[in-house]
Amino acid sequence: MSESVRFRFNVDGSNFTTAGQASVQVKKNLRELGIPAEAIRRVSIAMYEGEINMVIHAHGGEAEVIVFEDRIEIILSDHGPGIPNIELAMKEGYSTAPDNIRSLGFGAGMGLPNMKRYTDDMKIDTELGKGTTITMTVKF
Amino acid sequence: MVCGEENLDHDVYSACGSDMMSDVLAYVKDQAVLLTGLVNSQVIRTAEMMDMVCIVFVRSKKPTEDMIELARESGIVLMTTEKRMYEACGLLYKSGLVGNGVKHE
Ligand SMILES: Nc1ncnc2c1ncn2[C@@H]1O[C@H](COP(=O)(O)OP(=O)(O)OP(=O)(O)O)[C@@H](O)[C@H]1O
Ligand SMILES: [Mg+2]
Repeated sequence: MSESVRFRFNVDGSNFTTAGQASVQVKKNLRELGIPAEAIRRVSIAMYEGEINMVIHAHGGEAEVIVFEDRIEIILSDHGPGIPNIELAMKEGYSTAPDNIRSLGFGAGMGLPNMKRYTDDMKIDTELGKGTTITMTVKF
Repeated sequence: MVCGEENLDHDVYSACGSDMMSDVLAYVKDQAVLLTGLVNSQVIRTAEMMDMVCIVFVRSKKPTEDMIELARESGIVLMTTEKRMYEACGLLYKSGLVGNGVKHE
């Protein structure tokens, strides 16, 4: 039984340009750990979508990635507005992103469904006015 | 050519074109080349997350220094063309790059 490895990042919610930095770093770290390429790709896409969401919808937060022997857990927590209707938010095409976000290439309402698709398990804990924590698991 | 000359010996067989990174993340599967008219650092990170190896900026769009630096770190080739999206995609398609990541033969 090998020990789990843990990475932690602050996600700056005031800067769209740096959004996604944590995901890029995680991808590098997972490569160094020799994780299978397909698992890295799934973690990368799911985490990147979640990280962008934290920046465009929730003023940033913290990201944590834990590497276990047979799976990777990604925990994204923010202190943003929360998600009023998770079922609606999970629908493809549903987005509250304003036009300026769309002109930056995001806001198609595809992120959350995509995160669900690329992970084996996804849990959303959200409280209005308090924030949102999304926990995703990718098995390999 | 903007950067990544050293990686030019890499063969690619598929490409996609989009200005929406949301759609690239959601619909793209195994395409190696991204054509886009969008210029910001998320274009580079999106390509990196998707394991894409080359980005072509259409309509003479120029990536910024920061973007070039990011692309270098990830070994991604950057190119620009004065062609518009439709034409640039058409040219690549005609030269044999497919849309769905499966090599024709
Ligand atoms: N961390 C979050 N905090 C608050 N609201 C969120 C958060 N993540 C998502 N949402 C809400 O859920 C909606 C759907 O999210 P989703 O990621 O699917 O689409 P999007 O971010 O709007 O667009 P895309 O991901 O395609 O760029 C968002 O528009 C937003 O209203
Ligand atoms: Mg999103």
